[in-house]
Amino acid sequence: MRALTDEETRVVFEKLSKFVGENLRYLVERPDGSYCFRLHRGRVYYVKEALMKWATNIGRKNLISMGVCVGKFTKSKKFHMQITALDVIQSYSKFKMWIKPNAEQAFLYGNHVSKSGLGRVTENMVQYQGVLLYSMSDIPLGFGVTSKTTQECRRAEPATVIAFHQADTGEYIRSETTLV
Amino acid sequence: MDVDLEAVLEAKKAQYKSIEVRKDVELQYDVGNLLATDLNPLDHHAMKSRRDEYLKGLARDNTQLLINKIWQLPVEKADGMILVELPTPSTVLPREKPIPKPKGLTAWETFAKAKGIKNRKRSRMVFDESGQEWKPRWGYKRVDDPKDKWMIEIPDRADPYEDYFEKQAEEKKEKIAKNEYKRLKNISRTQKGGRLKAPLPPPLTKDMSKYQLTHALGKAKEATASIGKFTKSLPDEPVPKRAKKTQVGPVAGDMAAERKKNLEILSSVTKRKEVVDAEKAANRHMAQEQRSKRQKQQSEGVFSKGIKPKKTQPKNRGRGRGGKNRK
Repeated sequence: MRALTDEETRVVFEKLSKFVGENLRYLVERPDGSYCFRLHRGRVYYVKEALMKWATNIGRKNLISMGVCVGKFTKSKKFHMQITALDVIQSYSKFKMWIKPNAEQAFLYGNHVSKSGLGRVTENMVQYQGVLLYSMSDIPLGFGVTSKTTQECRRAEPATVIAFHQADTGEYIRSETTLV
Repeated sequence: MDVDLEAVLEAKKAQYKSIEVRKDVELQYDVGNLLATDLNPLDHHAMKSRRDEYLKGLARDNTQLLINKIWQLPVEKADGMILVELPTPSTVLPREKPIPKPKGLTAWETFAKAKGIKNRKRSRMVFDESGQEWKPRWGYKRVDDPKDKWMIEIPDRADPYEDYFEKQAEEKKEKIAKNEYKRLKNISRTQKGGRLKAPLPPPLTKDMSKYQLTHALGKAKEATASIGKFTKSLPDEPVPKRAKKTQVGPVAGDMAAERKKNLEILSSVTKRKEVVDAEKAANRHMAQEQRSKRQKQQSEGVFSKGIKPKKTQPKNRGRGRGGKNRK
């Protein structure tokens, strides 16, 4: 476990800010306690300071996980967000999409979201914007990236993909072994 | 007064315990190590009721037995002191440090093993024909020692003005350096993990590549007491490339400082996005237009009776690059 370097912090923040924008400030500086980002075995964890200090007592080989895993660094130093980050970003998310009940399952199986499955959407979204995906009953299902702007969405054909799938809660079952 | 000597002696004797100790099973001794092992079972009743007293007594008795055993050894007297020479210890004690691991094979040894080459024992002494005496094969006063030569024949078509003695000495120095390099390489190869932490510098030879020379020059410049701070650079000297060292903060250090730094990075990350986003602006404009259009249409009630609005002619009709309609 170690702190992130400046470059790594920048990469992580850039990815997170795609979803939460300016609100990322509230993740770094929280009123309800001190939280920090830590790197362990290529994965980035969002941890409470006290918990992180306890975790320093555990050897690198023995420590499996702590706090919330936000994502991982690839070998080429890109940052990939993981479904476990959903809880961290969902309360600060700026851009949202609501999925119709009949399209929910398709998304939870790892497919992109098509226009026909779109229930509601936030105004003024640009293309390739990080977006949180909710069911119509406001349950967060995952996140992805928009492939069309909000304006284009309106006029799109039912079969066109409007949001690319990145992570969904179905992964908790599908990729249980690789999530930790 | 009449003193009963025997009674006094008896009383004195009664103060001390007897040197005779009776045991069911005799102790095992290793007098060389001053060790006695008591194999008799402990008295559990005594252990429970008066533990300290019992253990102290047991220790005293066993020590007495050991000392009795020592007294059985031959005694010497020197300078008014009584000395006993202890026998060699029989108990094998474990060694303090782990057994050294076997050394790995050198490059030559691995090669010889693969080829099945075996060492032949050669005699240390060789007969020197010129001196008519036996001389060692190598080392001090060896046979054919170049130091013995007071004259060197200049080879055919060679430069007669070269100092061949110096050349010989130079060659020897090079050989020694090469051997040392190979020795270090052997160590680095056989060590755990495969190689030493820092790569070995290449051997300084005449036929070094440009890269090797640049590398060696960079290393040599830094190999001073002040880590090359005052080393002057040559004109047009190539600068060896070096990987940038990344700095990682402490795992659990000053959290406030870390947070401050993170906020700085965050502001730099989010600042970049504050530049006017043409796409976003266009989208916003389009949305506004659509909204105003819809409001206008609703207020006019164009769509209310299913009548299609008359298409207005596009302004650029006939003016653009018009394909068929082009005249």
